[in-house]
Amino acid sequence: MEPILTINNLTKKFGFLTAVNDLSFNINKGDVYGILGPNGSGKSTTLGIVLSVVNKTSGDFKWFDGKVSAHDALKKVGAIIERPNFYPYMTAAQNLKLVCKIKGVDYSKIDEKLEVVNLLDRKDHKFSTFSLGMKQRLAIASALLNDPEILILDEPTNGLDPQGIHQIRQIMKDIASQGTTILLASHLLDEVEKVCSHVVVLRKGVKLYSGRVDEMISSHGFFELKCENEEELIAYLESNPDFGTLKIENQLITAFLNEPMDAITFNKLMFEKGIVLSHLVKRKQSLEEQFLQLTDKL
Amino acid sequence: MLRLLNLELQKLLLSRTSKVLIFVSFILPFTVLILSSIKINFFGFFTLELGELGIFNFPIIWHITTFFASQFKFFFAIVVVSMIGNEYSNKTLKQNLIDGLSKKEFILSKFYTIVFFSLIATLLIAVASFFIGMYYSSYTEASIIFRETSFLLAYFTKLIGFFSLCLFFGMLVKRSAFALAFLFILYIVEWIIFGLISWQANMDIAGKIQDFFPLKSMYNLIDQPFQRVMMTKFPEKGELMYDYAVHGGEIAIVLCWTAIFIFLSYKLLEKRDL
Repeated sequence: MEPILTINNLTKKFGFLTAVNDLSFNINKGDVYGILGPNGSGKSTTLGIVLSVVNKTSGDFKWFDGKVSAHDALKKVGAIIERPNFYPYMTAAQNLKLVCKIKGVDYSKIDEKLEVVNLLDRKDHKFSTFSLGMKQRLAIASALLNDPEILILDEPTNGLDPQGIHQIRQIMKDIASQGTTILLASHLLDEVEKVCSHVVVLRKGVKLYSGRVDEMISSHGFFELKCENEEELIAYLESNPDFGTLKIENQLITAFLNEPMDAITFNKLMFEKGIVLSHLVKRKQSLEEQFLQLTDKL
Repeated sequence: MLRLLNLELQKLLLSRTSKVLIFVSFILPFTVLILSSIKINFFGFFTLELGELGIFNFPIIWHITTFFASQFKFFFAIVVVSMIGNEYSNKTLKQNLIDGLSKKEFILSKFYTIVFFSLIATLLIAVASFFIGMYYSSYTEASIIFRETSFLLAYFTKLIGFFSLCLFFGMLVKRSAFALAFLFILYIVEWIIFGLISWQANMDIAGKIQDFFPLKSMYNLIDQPFQRVMMTKFPEKGELMYDYAVHGGEIAIVLCWTAIFIFLSYKLLEKRDL
């Protein structure tokens, strides 16, 4: 696997506050990475450090296996941070032209990328006249100008209306499907769940988890059950070591699995025991439940 | 280098405010110079012709024009502090760095712009002075014409030094208005220190020390020409004699300050979390 970004023991302190604490993770080519964490968990600080706008306190990071200097590496990166920052008195095209000059990209890319984000007709309008959604789309166009190897997005849908959110997500999916590596920081879990294959979970600057989204918790899912003969079912589930915690709410019994088991096997087993179920659903935990479980642990 | 200059020029020339200020800072001294060189007839009562005073003679014209033109540097100083202030308030500085500009390149692009505009200003003044001089001056031998062109070098150094100071203040306080206020404060502080030293020691020592202060050293580059004009009128008065020439040492002090200001601006940006 070709590493794009390697972070080793990165720490950032703001006075007494430790914003990022001994953080390490890798991003490999082709992955869609999510950084998850509540507000103030150090997501933006981490991105700020690798984008060389925030100074690290200790630790280090390497772009593209350390082959190029940090600011040359950034020319191969596309990044959007929180709010779109452009010169208000310049038009969309002029702003992008400036970015082309910085990154050393040909001006012909400007129209191409404005087309991607659907802003070509507003090309010669001043940035200050744009709505937030349009500004955010222009920021994406700007990040895409150099056909980046990795696209970094920090809460790209923050503050947008539903249409805006939908447009941005659609653009993200299109980009991901073309094989571009993406690093997405967000506190919106469904956003990460829909787009990402890997996830890093942060809380108060500490890494809680990093790896594939579906392996975030070593969980085998759970059954939701209903039954006429509740006591007998509960007694059986409690005696069986394959099951862990039980939750009972409004006659709905939720049984978490310790070992993998599919619904057919379970149904057969119940039948053999003479318990007839009126309701049987096997489910996996949603990312939200997993995330809450993880962040509550500490 | 051209890439960095080009980058900054786009930022400046597309903004209407800075375009106007740049125009004013170059064209105004130029216009004043041209206007003062023409004969003004006050409704037939009398004619005012500054050329008659002999101030447009070579080589004194170099001294006069650079001295007056440097009074207009304040307009471009506003451009310099606002080009830093705007980068901070629009957060475009952060975006520039993320797009792959290094912090060093950022400061250099500002510095190159300062040098570029100082050069243009110097050239404009040089050309204007040359033609006005050719028109009025009674001496037109090459050796006399080019005798005191060192004033042009002093003017150029003065502009670069002053704008570098503005750049540093802009980086320091991030806001254009406050940066300009800082210039004024520095001016007062220099005089307070001068006052303190002359109170503790004596005026002579204080004056010598003050010559090393940033604003005073820039001022020293081109001494006021009024006394010199008087001198030409009354050559017999010995007490009017003073040293008005441009000295290498004075230029060296200002260049040192320039280097210090640019270096500090860079260090400041390097240390800062954006």
